[in-house]
Amino acid sequence: MAVKKERRNFLGLALGGFTTLGGIAALGAAKRTWDPLPSVMAAGFSVIDLSVTKPNVLYVAKWRGKPIFILKKTPDMEKNPREVIVGDSRYLICIGICTHLGCIPSYFPKQHKFICACHGGQYDSNGEVTKLPPPLPLYIPPFKIDGQKVIIGESSPEFQKLKAAGLTA
Amino acid sequence: MAHFTKATSIHDWLNQRLAVDSVKKVLATEYWIPKNINFLWAMGMILAVTFGLLLISGIFLMMYYKPDTAFAFDSVNYTIMSQVGYGWLWRHIHAVAASVIFLIIYIHMFTGIYYGSYKKGREMIWISGMLLFVTFSGEAFSGYMLPWGQMSYWAGTVITDIFSLGSLNLDGLVQWIRGGYVPGDAFLNRFYMLHVLLLPLAVIALIVFHFATLRLPHVNNQDGEDINFKEESDKYLSGNTKSSKVIRFQFDFLSKDIVIVGFFMIFFFYLVFYHFEFAMDPVNFDPANGLKTPTHIYPEWYFLWTYEILRPFPKNPGLLAFGFAQVIFIFLPFLDRSPNVAPANRRGIFKIWFWVLIVTMVILTVLGKLPPEGIYTTYGTVVASFFILLWLSLPIVTKLEKPIGSKK
Repeated sequence: MAVKKERRNFLGLALGGFTTLGGIAALGAAKRTWDPLPSVMAAGFSVIDLSVTKPNVLYVAKWRGKPIFILKKTPDMEKNPREVIVGDSRYLICIGICTHLGCIPSYFPKQHKFICACHGGQYDSNGEVTKLPPPLPLYIPPFKIDGQKVIIGESSPEFQKLKAAGLTA
Repeated sequence: MAHFTKATSIHDWLNQRLAVDSVKKVLATEYWIPKNINFLWAMGMILAVTFGLLLISGIFLMMYYKPDTAFAFDSVNYTIMSQVGYGWLWRHIHAVAASVIFLIIYIHMFTGIYYGSYKKGREMIWISGMLLFVTFSGEAFSGYMLPWGQMSYWAGTVITDIFSLGSLNLDGLVQWIRGGYVPGDAFLNRFYMLHVLLLPLAVIALIVFHFATLRLPHVNNQDGEDINFKEESDKYLSGNTKSSKVIRFQFDFLSKDIVIVGFFMIFFFYLVFYHFEFAMDPVNFDPANGLKTPTHIYPEWYFLWTYEILRPFPKNPGLLAFGFAQVIFIFLPFLDRSPNVAPANRRGIFKIWFWVLIVTMVILTVLGKLPPEGIYTTYGTVVASFFILLWLSLPIVTKLEKPIGSKK
């Protein structure tokens, strides 16, 4: 009897072991099935041509479903460590979402500022808060300069420097 | 092999093969319910009926709904509402039932808390019930995504964002849940699958389990009396129905139940035909737009109290408080240290605890709907903290309670 029981235990363990392995493999497949599709991932980068931009005119591009603000600065706008320099032009590149509760601010070219209609937050042309409630300046997305083009979604030494300096979260 | 004889009737034919008589006895005619109950004991049946309404109306909605970000909004608001014959009826039944079922769930829960129906052998009833609550919450949320309006989109964004778990910044996890950087086609399709298949399957399985947990301890009664069901049911079966403390489930209890269900149906269809708008947020009649946030985002009324526990705190403490509020109810049978199974009004300080809990949750619900500005944020912080303290105080409150002798 004892011998038979051992054989039964072995069969039970073997069955259980292989079933567990198969189960883990199936879970892995299930996980992969829920991953974002390659086409969705590919849309994770937006390439924006800066050569068409005009000073003090706001360009809005879309990146990962969010608006990206591109503002070419006029010479009278003061220098700021948050700005991105491409050739001899200076740019504000940021995610156009108010850091307070996620609304989208509007740009007022004459006053050189962004005003958020939801709770009255204001930002200057550097994306820095000039009127509360926003807790933080407008976020700068990962970007990479490539000639007259900027790739949003790809990091670069320039972006890392801004991040290391704590100029964007 | 069992011995089969020539059947004398269809009933006999079935009985020989399926033992229908025994099954009926076990499940219905000799399943015993105490006499000492009131209308609050009918909430379970009302929930079952409302779930049935959701299932039937859902089947009809599924025939025209399109889970595609390009067509979903119109398939609901144009096709179902103005093209499909009586499509509006199914939609309004579905929306009103989804909202009202939470009202009944809360009444059902607080009846259980009031009468102490979660202890002395009834722990699994409570736990399975709370699992049902969680699954129903998942049903409500996934269903809310489907019309793909502004509230669907932004509720989907905010709720899935919770899984980044604050400073842990698990953006990869959030993207995995969404199947994209922001809610999109993959997101809508997977929540459609969850809403119409996986979660309803889980709900049905849990309902069966919830019934099974009732089997041995039986339902509680108005005095928390420990009834000897064997003795009382023998009394009933021997013809002494008057002095027995119990009645049959079928049809004695069912006939009482159906009266309350009838009253509920009048209320329910009054809402469906004349006040369905309370279950339909006007903001959700704008199609989803990822580039435009509604000025004020809030959940449906039944989630407002938990939302208000998340919202007034800074990000990380808010998530911890939210997590606490989500799971704490399930531990009720173990946090209540008192041996008393009795209505709260006989349990001294627990009576105060019970009513303070209800008032706190009502205040949280009201605050959850107000914009998160100025003094409301302060009120929210205070009341949400109080809610947590209230639950932490429960073991002490119930430990101090004097044991009361079993009544009658």
